Amino acid sequence: MKLLYFAWIRTQLGISEETIVLPEAVSDVQTLVGWLINRDENFKNTFLEHSLIQVAVNQEYVEFDCPVKSGDEVAFFPPVTGG
Amino acid sequence: MIRVQLEDFDINEELEKLTFENHKIGGLTSFIGLVRDIADSNQIVSMTLEHYPGMTEKQLKKIEAIANRKWDLEATLIIHRYGRLELGDRIVMVACASSHRESAFEACHFLMDWLKTKAPFWKLEETSSGEQWVEAKVSDDLARERWEN
Repeated sequence: MKLLYFAWIRTQLGISEETIVLPEAVSDVQTLVGWLINRDENFKNTFLEHSLIQVAVNQEYVEFDCPVKSGDEVAFFPPVTGG
Repeated sequence: MIRVQLEDFDINEELEKLTFENHKIGGLTSFIGLVRDIADSNQIVSMTLEHYPGMTEKQLKKIEAIANRKWDLEATLIIHRYGRLELGDRIVMVACASSHRESAFEACHFLMDWLKTKAPFWKLEETSSGEQWVEAKVSDDLARERWEN
């Protein structure tokens, strides 16, 4: 599974992307976030400090209850400011 | 047509290409967004736009398709730049051509409102008091929601 991070989430984490082997306990975005938070203190601080983080699975906006599977591309980012 | 690019664009050239030899077009509207000098009372020096390659194109195509379903349009164009931009630089261009002006005006307004809240871009401003990420505005969400009926 490919994970992508954008804008201040990227700068705060210090990485723009990573590839992980999907852990067994992860079935949706919420459990993926839980796993990332447990894995890494920096993720914990970034994700718990901010309630506004948005997520896309395979380049479509989704809610945190969206199921995820091996091979998916999951992106975390702040609310967008295009235009 | 949608385009996501680093480089600048020529407004006249784009509008001429969009309407070329299509004589059903009776009205053409366009909106150009520029980098402005002041944000939250800070002087802007430059703006860097980050985007999500792949998703950006996907979302812009989706937004364009929605506009074409909602209004009777002859041609549409969305150009959005990324990378480092300076004061007065063009950021975005939206153009809509239709037989009649109402569709062209409304679709152009709709596309800009949607871009603001659905296109995966993030703006980093370099100001007189340091760098800051532009925060999303509730007013932009409300502007988009008025089209959802």
